[in-house]
Amino acid sequence: MIADGLALAPAGAFVLAALALFVIDAFSPGKTSGGVLAGVSAFGAVGALAASGVFLLSGAASGGIELFGGQLVVDGMSLLFTFIFGSVTALVAVASFDYVREMPHRAEYYMLILLAATGMSLMASANSLAVAFVSLELASLPSYALVAYLKGNRGSVEGGLKYFLIGALSSAILVYGISLVYASTGSLLLSDVADAAGEAAATYPGVFGTGVLMIIGGLAFKTASVPFHFWAPDAYEGAPAPVSAFLSSASKAAGFVLAFRILLVGFPIQSVVGAIDWVLVFQILAVLTMTIGNFAAATQERVKRMLAYSSIGHAGYVLIGLAALTGVGGASAGATVLGASMLHLLVYGFMNTGAFLFVALVEHWEIGRTFEDYNGLARQAPLACVAMTVFMFSLAGLPVGGGFVSKYYLFAGAVGAGVWWLALVGAINSALSLYYYSRVVKAMWIEEPIEGRTIAHYPTALYAAVLTAAVVTVFLLPGLVVFDGAAFDAAAALL
Amino acid sequence: MFVEALILSCLIGAAVVFVAPSGYAGRVAFGVSLAPLLVSLYMYLGFDGSGNAFLGGDVAYEAFAEWLQFGPYAVNYHVGLDGISMPLIVLSTVLTTLAILSAWTPIDSRQSEFYGLVLFLEGSLIGVFSALDFVLWFVFWEAVLIPMYLLIGVWGGPRRKYAAIKFFVYTNVASLVMFIGYFGLIFGLGDAISSTSMPAIAEALRAGQLGYLGTSTIGIGPDALAMAAFLAMFAGFAVKVPIVPFHTWLPDAHVEAPTPVSVLLAGVLLKMGTYALLRFNFTILPQQAAMLAAPIAAIAVISIIYGALLALAQQDLKRVVAYSSVSSMGYVILGLVAYTVYGVGGATFQMVAHGLISGLLFMTVGVFYNATHTRMIGDMSGLASKMPVTATVFLTGAFAYMGLPLMAGFMAELFVFIGTFESTVLPAAPLFAAAAMFGIVIVAGYLLWAMQRSLFGPFRLETDYELGRAPLHDVAPLVVLVVLIIALGVAPDLFFEMIRDATLDVIDVDFGGGLR
Repeated sequence: MIADGLALAPAGAFVLAALALFVIDAFSPGKTSGGVLAGVSAFGAVGALAASGVFLLSGAASGGIELFGGQLVVDGMSLLFTFIFGSVTALVAVASFDYVREMPHRAEYYMLILLAATGMSLMASANSLAVAFVSLELASLPSYALVAYLKGNRGSVEGGLKYFLIGALSSAILVYGISLVYASTGSLLLSDVADAAGEAAATYPGVFGTGVLMIIGGLAFKTASVPFHFWAPDAYEGAPAPVSAFLSSASKAAGFVLAFRILLVGFPIQSVVGAIDWVLVFQILAVLTMTIGNFAAATQERVKRMLAYSSIGHAGYVLIGLAALTGVGGASAGATVLGASMLHLLVYGFMNTGAFLFVALVEHWEIGRTFEDYNGLARQAPLACVAMTVFMFSLAGLPVGGGFVSKYYLFAGAVGAGVWWLALVGAINSALSLYYYSRVVKAMWIEEPIEGRTIAHYPTALYAAVLTAAVVTVFLLPGLVVFDGAAFDAAAALL
Repeated sequence: MFVEALILSCLIGAAVVFVAPSGYAGRVAFGVSLAPLLVSLYMYLGFDGSGNAFLGGDVAYEAFAEWLQFGPYAVNYHVGLDGISMPLIVLSTVLTTLAILSAWTPIDSRQSEFYGLVLFLEGSLIGVFSALDFVLWFVFWEAVLIPMYLLIGVWGGPRRKYAAIKFFVYTNVASLVMFIGYFGLIFGLGDAISSTSMPAIAEALRAGQLGYLGTSTIGIGPDALAMAAFLAMFAGFAVKVPIVPFHTWLPDAHVEAPTPVSVLLAGVLLKMGTYALLRFNFTILPQQAAMLAAPIAAIAVISIIYGALLALAQQDLKRVVAYSSVSSMGYVILGLVAYTVYGVGGATFQMVAHGLISGLLFMTVGVFYNATHTRMIGDMSGLASKMPVTATVFLTGAFAYMGLPLMAGFMAELFVFIGTFESTVLPAAPLFAAAAMFGIVIVAGYLLWAMQRSLFGPFRLETDYELGRAPLHDVAPLVVLVVLIIALGVAPDLFFEMIRDATLDVIDVDFGGGLR
């Protein structure tokens, strides 16, 4: 057991680093060296990552530690996700050193990233609807600003605005849903909501069901799931690539952890099924999200936009974790598929971040955005292209990285939960995804190089981040064993 | 230790070759590939396994280590060899070394990447044939796709990009369908198993422990589940084999692939499909196989005849050989579905024999192409007068394909026909055997015709190249293959003894009175 205050150390590391940047930058605003900024941010992120990793693997928080009268809870799932946020933030912070080297407002950039990460780790621990909403806003508001960080760039500003407008709308939907749930159950604390849910579902099925549905809508926005995915391609494409990496990996995972906790703890399907069968809702959402994401990705001409749609597709795979909680096969089948979802988000945190950081590298070289612009890149930057190949094949579910194991865990888990058709839809989508992921590989390795393209220098920090992500992705193929017990235990504890 | 030594020597060798300078990569790769070759020969000589690895036999060179946990199931690193996998491992190492030699002439760009990928491919293939845990097996199974995709895509012919992506997506879809089917069985077994170990699953299934997927009220019953899983796995593997009508990726991939890659594709990769059919469908779900015996045998015969007819219609020498593979794989399926010692054993023997013979034919076509820069039968004639050794080898390979006695192809087909003829599982077995034998006639037809037009008669060549004798490193692999083919034809027991021993358990099934 760890002391109650210490349990929040991971989130504390984020917020401390953000405040430290505040103080450091106050001495000579705008002139602080990029190395210090990136270093402090990476240090805070690694601190969060280390603290959550140690707590998670030592089992110190098994059983869950409730704080502030049950408003926050630190348990296996929250630690696992904070670990994801920590690793993504660390990679993004290191990579940003080269990316924002010449740009204004660098301190603010790092601060916003750290504050968003703080919000995400609170989302992972949120145990009441009020905290859920506040932490979601803490994660979202910095994200809007980050997407629009390239002020002179049309795409960046447009993406930021779209993200903000749709974000504001879905926040409104979420908070209205919360108010309806509060109206029908009389509590915001998830455990109390769960106790009252059965009665509420029987007495006010309309109000309660609408409330739950609206909450699901708000969460679908954060996870970039259909039908609230429209912002994602524009925001991810317009944003600076490290920010796209951060949003599509960490922010998506944060949305999912909140969804897992709210739905599983607050609205247990057995009690609420009379008002709303959210398993069915997620089955529909999963199929639509996977299919729309993958088909749209297959038709893109620009790599970053393809990755944006692929990120929607992966949200669809992860949704299988909720969509397969049918009760067929018992609690163990449910825990298996939900744990597989969490593992997939963990691996995704590295492989997708790495892929976007590779795009950041290409943007840094200013050699273009389409598949054709990548032609023959492997002749000039073989090491980075090996890393990108690892990311692409791992995202496609080939055994070069952890994405293979986690994706097949998901499909197998779905079969075990009796929704074999969902696994089949996922598998067909996954096979289709091989087509567009391999286009990147084909461009880099198979196509003839573009004449006259020169790469002046190889940015050290970006390279370090990309290669670290690649090494971890590969390591997670044999090494997922480090986390699999923790993930399946965390999932079992929720059900 | 031995299996790991094999796989690691390939993978480490691949890394070494990858960073070697291009000019030396071919020679370095050849040297590196001798390590797995010698280790596998040593393993073959010291092989002490008995019985079937999936059905409680004594597994040779077994190794085990804990790996992952998937919900209630342990996923382990578990490898080992029995009489079915040992010959295929030897086939893989022999063909890889020879393919590397045969690549020295045609591969003239990005050599280090090429040979690195070939060795990576070899490591994955050995993994496929030795893995005893399903997830581990699936890792290797999928890993094979990556080097193959790049080998076709980078070094292939004019339509290489199309062929590579078609191969990639086609076989990947198939793998996923199979994966879902197999996991349906794992969950259907429920508490009867505690890991994804394939032997444990095979024995539980043969002991009839398959239950409901889900619960008895809202689940799929054992019979329906077993049949659905059988069909899913059969469809998945049929693409890999390939069986008509799932064969369309094969001619594209073969024709576009460079010769050494075609050798590996036809020689070893197709065997992955038949090996998996034997290990999965026919070993773990014999009752379903028996129920579907007639349609499966019909598909096999159609593959034999239709593949041979397609080969007859081709103008491109490489396409002739490619389509003839479809035909040969039909014999394997027919032997498997017969469920007799000679049927299943002959099918396994045919995998090895066809690996050697089709490898030989592809290599010979490659040597001709290196010299003439054309593969069109109509563009050449009388090559035998200019390239006597290569022509002789092609002739030998063609006769081996047609089933000339004292060659490996003869023994394999003989075993399959005997096995099919005495099958009790297959209704009207003699009819199927007779129909399949008719395929041999067509094979003889197209090979003799192709040879007559291209090798004999007055010399004529439509392309402007000087023809000379092929270099030694092109001819040496051909001679080695000819020697092996004749050796296996004269003394099939080099492999058949251990194959027979491993297949006895597979066919030891009580099919009940209802079935023939």
